Amino acid sequence: MRDVAVISFAQTPMRRRVEELNEVEMLMPAVHGALRQVDMTIDDIGFTCSGSTDYLAGMAFSFVSTLDAVGPWPPIQESHVEMDGAWALYEAWVKLQIGEIDTALVYAYAKSSPGDLPMVLSRQLDPITMGPLWPDSVSLAALQARALLDSGKATEADFAEVAARSRRAALANPNAQLAWDCPAADVLAEDYLVAPLRRSDCPPITDGAAAIVLAAGDVARSKVERPAWIRGFDHRIEPIHLGLRDLTVSESTRIAAEAAGVADGPVDVAEIHAPFSHQELIVRDALVLGADTSINPSGGALAANAMMTAGLVRIGEVANRIASGEARRGVAHATSGPCLQQNLVCVLEGE
Amino acid sequence: MAEITLPESIRDVEPVRSVRTPAQLDYEFTAGDATTRFLTGITNKRIIGQQAPGGRVYVPPRGADPELGQPTPIDVEVAQVGTVTSFCVVNLQFYGSVMEIPYVSALILLDGADLSIMHLIQEVPADQVRIGMRVEGVWRDDADIEPTLESIRYFRPTGEPDDPHVRIPGEGHGTGLGSWVGGVAPTEAVIRNPRTGLGGNPEGASV
Repeated sequence: MRDVAVISFAQTPMRRRVEELNEVEMLMPAVHGALRQVDMTIDDIGFTCSGSTDYLAGMAFSFVSTLDAVGPWPPIQESHVEMDGAWALYEAWVKLQIGEIDTALVYAYAKSSPGDLPMVLSRQLDPITMGPLWPDSVSLAALQARALLDSGKATEADFAEVAARSRRAALANPNAQLAWDCPAADVLAEDYLVAPLRRSDCPPITDGAAAIVLAAGDVARSKVERPAWIRGFDHRIEPIHLGLRDLTVSESTRIAAEAAGVADGPVDVAEIHAPFSHQELIVRDALVLGADTSINPSGGALAANAMMTAGLVRIGEVANRIASGEARRGVAHATSGPCLQQNLVCVLEGE
Repeated sequence: MAEITLPESIRDVEPVRSVRTPAQLDYEFTAGDATTRFLTGITNKRIIGQQAPGGRVYVPPRGADPELGQPTPIDVEVAQVGTVTSFCVVNLQFYGSVMEIPYVSALILLDGADLSIMHLIQEVPADQVRIGMRVEGVWRDDADIEPTLESIRYFRPTGEPDDPHVRIPGEGHGTGLGSWVGGVAPTEAVIRNPRTGLGGNPEGASV
């Protein structure tokens, strides 16, 4: 495997509604920031890959106009995934493995605010039997949470602990949208939003963007003091029909974690992309993390959940902690689809 | 369609050959910074393009210069007259159209702009519209001006002589039809890089 590292990460402040900017205007500071931090321009980049979905803004081919943010002229090598940017990063990593290029730019963004997000997300379901029922994303998550409670693996108090810990951690994250310091008991005192989930068990709706620069071998070493090397990388998907899956476990995360070699060394930090509090418990279990692993020091997706972006941000948050020396080895996780349908695991390490 | 053997109990039931599952999602758009500035100009009957430092003038602006990959903070008012760079005659009535056929839809390069806008050409028979024709915008009545490009009802001939040097924006420096000059693909060797100034032919740099 070729040595490839995250050498730069930038994100916009995550907000409920970015009304004063269109998508490309919102994206530019993230893309430019990530390049500027390592003194690079698009002319130094071998491959550009982005993650977004037109369903959010309700605009066909919106990802084509956002490409203007990088200045794709003369023509560049470029690709787009209708997925979280973490998968765009995976594609770029594969491209770097081939060995023809040494650098890649990956970005992701979402303006979820123009539409009714929980209903928009129902359009990713199978269009014949589930889609026509318009099950919103919060209700589907609640279905999973109920199954988890019923299995005896977790309690509502466990959910509340995750919700409270995440927002408390977010106080130290200047880009977080939702940060506060309240005991889990306060969360438990809330009314249900969609039982058994309370409002604090659910992610905020977020507009925002993020970008990462990848570089291979000596190029990475020449640009930064402490590159965050990608040591393992895998992603797996499960059937679209919720009835075909045991919703209380994440088999795809487990297999991806095994393939990525999560257990091959100590994990100092794990950034888990769990939009709903109970999902963190399921993913933690599947990643098999020890008690000494710091989980979601950024606050995770409960602090800011820009669609198609929050997974990429997890990789960036782990990379930043490795770059700063705060962590030596970390795990980033990204999810996509209803009830943790698809999962990606990335193991990062400092030298 | 393949024959399906149904269970005895539903053999008399009419088979489902298709389903209709209509979907509707409502969105509330905001224009963003660049488009807001442009449309504000329109409400004052001014056509205001935008430019990044050292970049081209884009009308309508979308917020980023696609060559430089930079924001376009500089407002540049352009003329309300321009040159037809391409056009088509629409002979088909289609859903949602309120136009009487045949009508002409054209790309118009306004004087001072580096990007053509698309608009209607009227007050001239469709078969007399031509590339190079000089045209001017015709606004709605003042009371009906709104922040939309439809506040310009259409463009009509000015009567000036045609522009014999009409160019498609980008021709010569590699965009559009000019890209494959002499059958050569638009690689870095033939295209000027607008950020570094390297590559391409020097002539193209000034277009």
